[in-house]
Amino acid sequence: MSRMTTPRKRVRGSGAAGSGTGHFLQQRVSAIALFVLMPVFAVCFALSGAPDADATRAWLGSPFGALVTLLTMSAALYHGRLGVQVVIEDYIHRTTTKAALLIANTFLVAGLWLAGVYSLLTLAL
Amino acid sequence: MASETSDPRPLSPHLQVWRWHATMLTSILHRATGVGMYIGTAALTVWLVMLATGTNSSVDFLFEGVMAWVTRAGLILLTFAVTFHWLNGLRFLFWDAGKGFDPKGSSQRSIIILGAAIVVTLGFWVFLLTGGAA
Repeated sequence: MSRMTTPRKRVRGSGAAGSGTGHFLQQRVSAIALFVLMPVFAVCFALSGAPDADATRAWLGSPFGALVTLLTMSAALYHGRLGVQVVIEDYIHRTTTKAALLIANTFLVAGLWLAGVYSLLTLAL
Repeated sequence: MASETSDPRPLSPHLQVWRWHATMLTSILHRATGVGMYIGTAALTVWLVMLATGTNSSVDFLFEGVMAWVTRAGLILLTFAVTFHWLNGLRFLFWDAGKGFDPKGSSQRSIIILGAAIVVTLGFWVFLLTGGAA
């Protein structure tokens, strides 16, 4: 049946994994973002006076601190969700367990991201 | 994987009969540090939420006395995970470009990356703990 399709059609049909190169590209693009963001965040955060609560709050609430944290947190959670998705797919073979963990991964990351964004905006605004 | 019960057929050789080598170690570490950072990011985000909502005093014990050193140990491991994953991830980008697949060079780069990650982590924390951040 698939022989009836053209190579282009088969590629657009996303191949055996059903998702084409999307996952791969998302992983790489977020990696490039983190390549720049993570060192900036790590150094600035370490020098911010953390873990002293008042100093950390002040830094997270500053325009620069809030923006760097927002960008780094977003890219890190996005990249981490993709990475853990692959770990689950590699090691968990029971369909129901796998599906449950993949959904949990998505919900956990989405929840953390929204809670993190809300918190940063609370501190910054 | 159809039957999860007793399958008498032999398994192909894996972990316990492999001779450990540098590229294998960095490959496993890349995944391990990734999962470690996933947990670390979750913990840091929960702390961020606590700071914003004013409930952070309930985790103050994490930064006091002996616990401060346990927390620090966790953060040092997290620093290593970030540094290692960052360096080894850069290598992935080179692999994507089709570069760096020679076995001998791969082994050397594995050791260099691992060593560099340890040196950067230690340097970073020596700087922080000797008052560099004060």
